[in-house]
Amino acid sequence: MIEIKHLYKSFEDKDVLIDINAVFEDGKTNLIIGQSGSGKTVLMKNIVGLFVPTSGQILYDGRDFIGMTKREQVLIRREMGMIFQSAALFDSMSVLENVMFPLEMFSDDCQADRIRRAKFCLERVNLKGAENKLPGEISGGMQKRVAIARAIALNPKYLFCDEPNSGLDPKTSLVIDELIHDITQEYKMTTIINTHDMNSVMGIGENILYIYKGQKEWQGSKDQIMTSTNERLNSFIFASDLFRKVKEANQ
Amino acid sequence: MLLQQFFAAFGRYLQLMGKVFSIPERWRMFFRQYIKEMAQLGVDSIGIVLLISFFIGAVICIQIKLNIQSAWMPAFVTGYTTREIMLLEFSSSIMCLILSGKVGSNIASEIGTMRVTQQIDALEIMGVNSASFLILPKVLGLITMIPFLVVFSIAFGLIGAYATTYMGVITVEDLTSGLLYDFNQWYVWMSIIKSLCFAFIISSVSSFYGYTVEGGSFDVGKASTNAVVRSSMLILFADIFLTQLLS
Repeated sequence: MIEIKHLYKSFEDKDVLIDINAVFEDGKTNLIIGQSGSGKTVLMKNIVGLFVPTSGQILYDGRDFIGMTKREQVLIRREMGMIFQSAALFDSMSVLENVMFPLEMFSDDCQADRIRRAKFCLERVNLKGAENKLPGEISGGMQKRVAIARAIALNPKYLFCDEPNSGLDPKTSLVIDELIHDITQEYKMTTIINTHDMNSVMGIGENILYIYKGQKEWQGSKDQIMTSTNERLNSFIFASDLFRKVKEANQ
Repeated sequence: MLLQQFFAAFGRYLQLMGKVFSIPERWRMFFRQYIKEMAQLGVDSIGIVLLISFFIGAVICIQIKLNIQSAWMPAFVTGYTTREIMLLEFSSSIMCLILSGKVGSNIASEIGTMRVTQQIDALEIMGVNSASFLILPKVLGLITMIPFLVVFSIAFGLIGAYATTYMGVITVEDLTSGLLYDFNQWYVWMSIIKSLCFAFIISSVSSFYGYTVEGGSFDVGKASTNAVVRSSMLILFADIFLTQLLS
């Protein structure tokens, strides 16, 4: 479980995050949604430690991440997996080497076991047969799946996904969403997804945090969104005709 | 303002070097990277070093023969001067200036691209000390390979000088007597010591500019240019001090 308490983040004199409080539970796909520039990515970067918050607390199963020493933070980071918007695969390494990288760095298993584990992760994301390809030789959807395989290689307790569907077609987006959702439940991970893809929200949003201009505006499930009276949330979620009609049909 | 910017950048450089020089998390991974960097930065540079050294050695020999050699000069002057130029300046300083263009831009653009495509963030999230993992093998790899490049450069410069004997510029005997005249072995060591310092400058300064890139591909290009310009300037400054110190 990840808890955020009174989190503030400012860049010089600009307040980007203002008093964010949230709880992200185990085994659930937690979504952070909001318009571009609302502070979603900054919030995620604060949670994973790429930015240092101005004030506030981030608790990983009760362990205060901000108050830790660098060494302790590194140990927590080894319990994290992250899927970046751009997949962030290592260009010079093959698909298999990318997935093996965290195992090579931190696992004490023998080489044969590491290869076996990496191949298992690739099979889990339906990428059997692509082991020897370079990231540049595979499609965007496949790159995202390699990133997922790399992120789960060390059985992380926490999975972070920064706009995992960005640049993907709707069908591939669904595949990625379902994969993340299934893996979350399978490994009982705490998963946080940064997205503004409404299909993801309606498909896998078990706990949704809506950020508006750096502040927490609303939190609830995908079912609660349908009945929410929050105007800002509704104007964001139901901006498209399609989702407006879905809501009207539901009502 | 300019001075303030310089000290701010220098402070960030020292902080980065503090992160770089730490014990590798996995020696196996470190050695793998180290060998890869020796091949990429050192072995891949042998061709250009040999080519340039050969032709510069030949040209120096021709120029000295045409402009300095006369009836009043001893026959060994051309060989002697060619050797001293190659040993004292070309094979260490000028060769490192050339390498700062090839190797420096390679390092800055590689690390810079990793930064803007979030590959460095990915390493950090995994709990890897990205600065040490990426930069330390490059610095040590280039420092390991540079003495070989210097020796190859000296050797091929002298071979280039010998090649001019086929053109009838100078006789083999005159050139050989000049190359052997008053040889000071310390100059070879001096050249190697200087190049070790220059290798550190090239690899660390270029890595710094690559690692601290912010933005996109345009900024990677800018960082790459800055890396070459700054490391070349630092090599020239360091050359003055090292020459004075070691002579």
